[in-house]
Amino acid sequence: MASKSLKLCRALCNNTQHGRNIFLALSASRASQRIQRRLFSNDPQPDLVDPPSTSPSEKPQSHDTRRNEGGAGRRPFSSSLNDVELAKFSAIAETWWDPVGPFKPLHAMNPTRVSFIRSALCRHFRKDPSSAKPFEGLRIVDVGCGGGILSEPLARMGATVVGIDAVEKNTKIARLHAELDPVTSSIEYCCTTAEKLVEEQRKFDAVIALEVIEHVADPAEFCKSLAALTDTNGATVISTINRSMRSYATAIVAAEYLLHWLPRGTHQWSSFLTPEELVLILQRASISVQEIAGFVYNPLTGRWALSDDLSVNFIAFGTKNMNSQ
Amino acid sequence: MYRTTVRKIASNYNTLRVPKRTLSNDASAGISSTNSAKFNSALLACSTFQEDEKLGMRNMIGQYDIAIVGGGMVGIAFACALSSMPLTKQLKVAIIDSNPALGRRDCIEKTDLPDPRVSTVTPATISFFKDVGAWDYVQQNRHAFFDKMQVWDYTGLGYTRYNARDVGKEILGCVVENKVLHASLLSCLQKSDFHKTIYPSRLTSMALQSHSKEVESKLPGAKLCDHGSFVKLDLSNGDSLFAKLVVGADGAKSYVRELAGLKTTGWNYSQNAIICTVEHNVENQCAWQRFLPTGPIALLPIGDRFSNIVWTMSPKESSERKTMNEDDFVKAVNHALDYGYGPHPQSSSVSNYGDRLSWLIADMTSSSKECFEVPPKVVKIASERMVFPLSLLHSNDYASNRVVLIGDAAHTVHPLAGQGVNLGFGDATVLSKVISDGISIGSDIGEISLLRKFEAERKPANIMMMALLDGFQKAYTVDFGPLNVLRAAAFHAAQFITPLKKNIISYATGEQKWPLFS
Repeated sequence: MASKSLKLCRALCNNTQHGRNIFLALSASRASQRIQRRLFSNDPQPDLVDPPSTSPSEKPQSHDTRRNEGGAGRRPFSSSLNDVELAKFSAIAETWWDPVGPFKPLHAMNPTRVSFIRSALCRHFRKDPSSAKPFEGLRIVDVGCGGGILSEPLARMGATVVGIDAVEKNTKIARLHAELDPVTSSIEYCCTTAEKLVEEQRKFDAVIALEVIEHVADPAEFCKSLAALTDTNGATVISTINRSMRSYATAIVAAEYLLHWLPRGTHQWSSFLTPEELVLILQRASISVQEIAGFVYNPLTGRWALSDDLSVNFIAFGTKNMNSQ
Repeated sequence: MYRTTVRKIASNYNTLRVPKRTLSNDASAGISSTNSAKFNSALLACSTFQEDEKLGMRNMIGQYDIAIVGGGMVGIAFACALSSMPLTKQLKVAIIDSNPALGRRDCIEKTDLPDPRVSTVTPATISFFKDVGAWDYVQQNRHAFFDKMQVWDYTGLGYTRYNARDVGKEILGCVVENKVLHASLLSCLQKSDFHKTIYPSRLTSMALQSHSKEVESKLPGAKLCDHGSFVKLDLSNGDSLFAKLVVGADGAKSYVRELAGLKTTGWNYSQNAIICTVEHNVENQCAWQRFLPTGPIALLPIGDRFSNIVWTMSPKESSERKTMNEDDFVKAVNHALDYGYGPHPQSSSVSNYGDRLSWLIADMTSSSKECFEVPPKVVKIASERMVFPLSLLHSNDYASNRVVLIGDAAHTVHPLAGQGVNLGFGDATVLSKVISDGISIGSDIGEISLLRKFEAERKPANIMMMALLDGFQKAYTVDFGPLNVLRAAAFHAAQFITPLKKNIISYATGEQKWPLFS
């Protein structure tokens, strides 16, 4: 879980720099084309599996040679698939999706996270919780999607999902895995960052960033980006680890050093946020937190459950204030 | 061959996709990813879901969420359970069974003689039937509730009488013919608007497709990966279908279990059971079970003065009893249920114990005061005598990737207490709930981690019941002095120790999951 996030963090820092440079370097014509594409991307993207060769941004632009690495081209690699590479990624995809592999803790935790998101979003958007696809009609972005462990359940619940991750490998794997099921093959995976999506002025009904914020360089800026992606009256969901004695003992000493669930050095305790801090920085980003729940791990059953105990893992659901833009 | 068909499908799919894409680009907002899913289902619906007419349709490859192999009581019960829950009723289900009864809506004549194949359904199973809406049908047909049960053995040292009133219940169980149970579930399934397709055929092969292999073999035609999360099932009539999850409900000799490579543990008892329907002069309203040196004999009421007999004995004896003339067999049955092999237990001993152990039995249940009774005499045999060997079989795992076993395919038990089918219905209920929970959090329903939740919930319970029944079997087939005394002590304990008795009843009726410790 965290190794991806760590990579993401690094990539995020690098890419943000990159992205800004590129943005500055953009010519006017490029910008006008961007606007056109933006209109497109605000439309629902029902079939994102095929390369969107019709998208204006994919048209040859000789003056912008760095378009691919900047992530401005939304599908920089779809045309350059090669068998050997894909076979390699599919091998890694197996570990992302192996419930007893390196991402086991994430798989174990996922049902609990999803059930929180389900109940919070159903309540907020007044969706029928007894429906098999309660999120039908909702546009959701999964920031730091990794292999798509959260994006796929969201898509099965009917949402129009965009999964973004700064690590290109992750989005490739995620796309490869999502292709296996016709229901999830509609997920749009992009190798990009939240900041870039903000620049593209994309808006979502719900913005979800799970286990990401503890790895970003500037959590307050990150929250502002999440808020900017959230549509008016939309929802933002963030999960992270508390900065407490218990979290040091469990998330770092136990998970990294004793149980080897995570690679050592995955988490920096000092960069964790307490629930109060998170509420504060979200408040400043004009998102008011409505609900916070903790996750507790039961070592006997190996399952996670929601609880009032916020001392280690917790998840916050907030809504965007009406008066802010 | 398979690959070409897949490719064909994929190309069809693609061509059909194009107009859809343009459509949804035109459309403003709100319709999207789910479109493709709906589209898929619409595509399939037109090819496979006109239930009755298209039963025999060949060479169409249907794509389903769940394929249930085996349309017996447990398989149909599972389909009913899915159709009764809001999150699972939208699933597309295929049922594969060559039994022609699944296709037609045959009525059961109430005047028919009772079939010897009966089940004792527990209150837990009855509430399941009520939940899915199948119990009304059972009530319109022959069934017999019983609220009393008497268990005793040939040594005459003790007996136990159980009464539903001991636990504040109306009934202990209900005896219903298997065909009635099956027809009730089937009619309930036919009435619902559930997306089901019945394939009147047998499974011949099953291809579990691993993701990595799929991806490797199908590059660069990425679209072909669509079937990567499906199992392909080939049927004996040439049909094929894809399913995200295969549910093996195909009985003790499960072919699904074999194809999935799930190993079993088990043994044959060198014993056979004779089953048949018998007639009395009076109505029988109690379930009777007597342990004989050769094995137990059970007499279960099925209404209209009929009872069902399940009589366990050695294979040699069973072949004699099957072929002997009817009058002799009736005599042998009466002998076995009355004075044969040993005296009646003494009712008078009750008061002696009562005085001495009053501290233990202060809170006596009403049935503790009941005297030993002799079961009603059998006057006639009302069906053929059927013989089948007894065995115990348990699958070491209930689930593998995209395959899960329920009912007898996962566990075949001794028919001692008629618990076999109740365990199967328990499996069906739990599996449907696990799948519903999985759908609520957007899981892939064929995912092994989800199926393991079902296994974790059912396996210990099933093993406990199997171990108890096996233990009973072993304890009663040994005629050995000290053991006889122990058995007698167990009868007395069960007869007079109220909490123990209540516990036994709640466990046997499926109200409580664990014996003794809960």
